[in-house]
Amino acid sequence: MSLDEAALRAWVHGVVHGMADRRAFLRYMMGLGLSGPFLSHLLATYAPAQAQTPRPASDFVPTKRGGGGKLRLLWWQAPTILNTHLASGTKDMDASRVVCEPLAAFDPDANFVPILAADIPSLDNGGLAQDGKSVTWRLKKDVVWHDGKPFTADDVIFTWEFAADPATGATTTGSYADIDHIDKLDEHTVKVVFKEPTAFWYDAFFGHRGHILPKHLFAQYKGQEARNAPYNLKPVGTGPYKIGEFKPGDVALYEMNAQYHVPNRPFFDTVELKGGGDATSAARAVLQTGEFDFAWNMQVEHQVLSGLERGGKGKVLVTPGSGIEHIQVNFTDPWTEVDGERSSLKKAHPFQTDPLIRQAYALAVDRRTIAEQLYGTGGQPSSNFLVAPLRFVSPNTTWEFDPKKAAALLDQAGWKRGSDGVRVKDGQRLKLVYQTSVNPIRQKTQAIVKKVIEDIGIAVELKAVNAGVYFSSDPGNPDTYSHFYTDLQMYNTAPGSPDPQAHMDRFTSWQIAQKANNWSGRNIPRWSHPEYDQLWKQAAVELDPVKRAALYIAMNDMLMTHNVVVPVTWRHEVSAASTKLRGMEVTAWDSRLWHLAYWYREA
Amino acid sequence: MSRYLLRRLLSAVPVLVGISVVLFSILALAPGDPFGELALNPNIPPEVRFNLRQQFGLDDPLAVRYVRWLAAMLHGDWGYSFVSRLPVQQLILQRLPTTLFVLGSAYGLALLIALPVGILSAIKPYSFFDQVATTFAFVGYSLPTFFTGLLFILVFSIYLGWLPFIYSSTIEARGFAWVIEHLRQGAMPITVLGLFEAASLTRFVRSAMLEVIHQDYITTARAKGLTEYVTTLKHALRNALIPVVTVVALQIPTIFTGAVITEQIFRVPGIGSLLIAAIESTDTPVVMAITFVYAALVILFNLLADLIYGLLDPRITYG
Repeated sequence: MSLDEAALRAWVHGVVHGMADRRAFLRYMMGLGLSGPFLSHLLATYAPAQAQTPRPASDFVPTKRGGGGKLRLLWWQAPTILNTHLASGTKDMDASRVVCEPLAAFDPDANFVPILAADIPSLDNGGLAQDGKSVTWRLKKDVVWHDGKPFTADDVIFTWEFAADPATGATTTGSYADIDHIDKLDEHTVKVVFKEPTAFWYDAFFGHRGHILPKHLFAQYKGQEARNAPYNLKPVGTGPYKIGEFKPGDVALYEMNAQYHVPNRPFFDTVELKGGGDATSAARAVLQTGEFDFAWNMQVEHQVLSGLERGGKGKVLVTPGSGIEHIQVNFTDPWTEVDGERSSLKKAHPFQTDPLIRQAYALAVDRRTIAEQLYGTGGQPSSNFLVAPLRFVSPNTTWEFDPKKAAALLDQAGWKRGSDGVRVKDGQRLKLVYQTSVNPIRQKTQAIVKKVIEDIGIAVELKAVNAGVYFSSDPGNPDTYSHFYTDLQMYNTAPGSPDPQAHMDRFTSWQIAQKANNWSGRNIPRWSHPEYDQLWKQAAVELDPVKRAALYIAMNDMLMTHNVVVPVTWRHEVSAASTKLRGMEVTAWDSRLWHLAYWYREA
Repeated sequence: MSRYLLRRLLSAVPVLVGISVVLFSILALAPGDPFGELALNPNIPPEVRFNLRQQFGLDDPLAVRYVRWLAAMLHGDWGYSFVSRLPVQQLILQRLPTTLFVLGSAYGLALLIALPVGILSAIKPYSFFDQVATTFAFVGYSLPTFFTGLLFILVFSIYLGWLPFIYSSTIEARGFAWVIEHLRQGAMPITVLGLFEAASLTRFVRSAMLEVIHQDYITTARAKGLTEYVTTLKHALRNALIPVVTVVALQIPTIFTGAVITEQIFRVPGIGSLLIAAIESTDTPVVMAITFVYAALVILFNLLADLIYGLLDPRITYG
C-alpha cells in the first residue's frame, strides 16, 4: 500500500477515533522501521485536545451546595493583590482564582475545560476558523457577577482592552497582544480576531491569565488608574466564592457564592487562604497536625516530606510538572568588559564556544543522584529542555553520566592536566564560576556538580545569589540571572502554558539579553543559530498540530545537540493535602485552585 | 523642665530628618526592584516593566523622590504600597493590634519574670536559687528564638497537640472563647519572646540590685529597724530601678516593630513580617513608613526615659 500524506493522516485519524485497527497500524508502521515511542507521539498529536464531555458527575459525592464547613489553605507566600492581571506571582493568581473565573481552564493532561464558556471552540463546531485568524466563543448564559449584574460579552471584550492596554502595565498583557479586535456577535457570543494566523489561540481568556473582569465596575479604572481600583483588593467575580476579608500579605477569607452558576456546588461554606512562613512548616501543618487542609508548592527535601507523611493525617500529591531545572552555558565572555558591559556579544567565551567542552559538561552532571536524593518524587532526570506537554517532548535525546568520557573529551580538546590537577592550554587555566539562587536544594546540586567537574580537571567556584536579587529585573545590578556575569548558571524555567512558543523563544537571536535592551531579553546564554530562528518563526504560524509539534521537537533537539543548556531535573508539582480532601485535580498548567468549586471533604 | 522638654523636642527634628535621608538613600541604592518577579515571565514585554517603573516614579533622581516623599509625609499622607496599593497607614494599622498583643504581652511576661527573679537573686547572691536562675538566664539568652520556637512547636503542637502553631488573625469565636483562642495561639510566640527577653533582663536587674544593696544607706536603713521587705523594695529597688527603667524604656519601641524571626516561624502577621516582606520586594513607602515610625518612637522613648529618670532620682533636675 502506498502511503501519501493524505492517506496517512486519514489512517491516523481513524486509529485515534477508534475507527481503524490500532494493532494493524502499529504493526505496519513498525514494519517500516518506526519506533514505538515515535508512534505513540504521532497518535498523541492527533488525539483530540479538547475535553468534549463534561467532568464525570460520579467524581463528585456531595449533592447539594454548601454544608462543608471551612476549607483552610496554606500558601507559604502571602497574596498581596487579588487581580490576576496585575499579579506579580502565582500566589496572587491563585488567591484571585477563588473569586474570578476565565472562559476555559486546563486540566492535569492539558486538555481544555470550559468554565465561563458554554463549550470549547474547535474546528468541528465552527469555533475555530480554518485560516487560524479568529476564534468564536459561545459564553455560558445565566451567569451573574457577585453583585448581581449579568455576565455578558461586554465583560470579555473589556477584559481584553484592559489587559492589552500598555498604560495598564498588566502582567498578562503578552497573552492579549496578538488580538486585533473582538466582535460582539450577540450578548453571549464573541469573535476574537487575531492580527495573524495564530496556532497558539488557547492563551487569551484561558487559565490564570484569563480571568474575566466586570466591565461595569472596572470601566473607570482603565490604563493608568488600573492599580488604584478598590476591586483589586475586594474583587467581584463569577466564581464559587465571594471575597469576605482580605489582609494583603497575610490572609484572605472567602464566603460561598449562593448564586454560583454550577448547581450543587461549591461544597465548602468558607475558605481561608493564609500566607507566609516557609515550606517545611507548611508541610507540617498539613501532614502532621492537620491544622490546614492543603498546602502548595512543597519545595521540601524528599526525606523530610516522606517522614511527615507517615503520620497518616495527610498525603503528598505529585503532579507532573512543566518546569526544567537546567544549567546554562555562557557563550560570551563574562570576565571582559566591552563598552561598559560584560558577557557582551562582542567577545566570545574563551573556551565554552568549543563544543567538546560543552559535551563534557553534559556528561559530568549526575542527574540520577540529584533527582533521587534531592527531589525525590518531586523531580526526575531529563534529557530535554522542553519537557511538557507530552506531544512536544522529543524522543530523540538521551542523557549520560560518564565522567571518564568527559575527561577524554577535554583531553581531545587539547586541555592537559597541570601539576595541581587543573587543566591548562596555551597558558590558560580551565576554571569557571557557577552561580544560582540561594536555595538549599540548589546549593546541594551545585556541590554534586562541582565535585565531578573538579575531578575531571576544571576548577570550579560556586556562587549563590539571594533569590530576590537574582531574579530581579534591575538593570543596575550585576548579579541578576539576565546579566549572567559568570560562566555557568542554573535555575528553573517553565512554559507557563501548554504551548511552547514563548518558552522556546528563549534561544532566538532577537531575544539576546544585553545592555542595549537593559538585559530584558530572554536569551540568556546569548547563543543563536539561523536555523533555530527559522524553525521558531515557522512554528509560530504553523497551524497543523503535527507539523508544529515536529518543529518544536527539532528545536529542542538542536539545543541538545549544541549543548546550549544542560537539563538537570524535570520538576514536578508537589502539594500536601489532608487525606480526606477530594477533587483537587492539581495541574501544572493552571492555578492549583482551578477546580475549587468541586473540592470536597469525605466524611 | 518645660524649657528642657522644648529643647529636646526641637533637637529631635533634625535628627529625624537626618535619619530619613540616610534610610531613603540606602533603600534607593540597594539592589532589587518591586517588579522583579515580572522579569521571569515570558509573557511580559519589557515595555510593561518600564511603564510601571515610570508610573511609580522609580526612575526619577534620588533627590526628587526624597522631597516628594517628605512633602507627602508632612501632609500626613504616608503613601501607597507599591505591591498591594493599599494606603500604608491602613496596612500598618491592620497589623498593629496583633503586634501589640504578642509583643506587648511578651515584654510584660519578661518583666513579670525578670523583676522578682532578679531581686531574689540579688538578695541572696550565689545561693541555690541564684545559681539556678543564672544558669537558666544564660541558657535562655544563648538559645536563639528560632531554635526555641521550633522546639516549642515540636513539643507542644506536634507531639502533644495542645496548641496551634499557625497564628490566625481572623478568629471567629465570641466572648470568652475568643479570649481563650487568642491565648492558645499566642502562648507559644509570647513565651518564646518573653523568655528570651527575661533572660537578659534578669541578669540586668540582678546586677543593678547587687550594686545598690551593698551601699551604706541600705545598712543604715536596716540599722534603723526597717523590715527587710521595706528596705529592699522601698530603698534598694527604687535606686536600682534607675538603670533598669532606662533600659526598659529604650526597648519598648521594639514592641511596635515586632520580632521578625518569631513572626516568620509562627506566621504572626505583625509589623516585623510586613517590614521584611517590604524590604524583600523593595516596597519603599512601607519600609520608609515603618522605619521612620520606629526612629520617632526611639527618640520619644529616649526623652521619656530621661524624664522618668528625673522623677525617680531627686538629685536630677532639668533646667
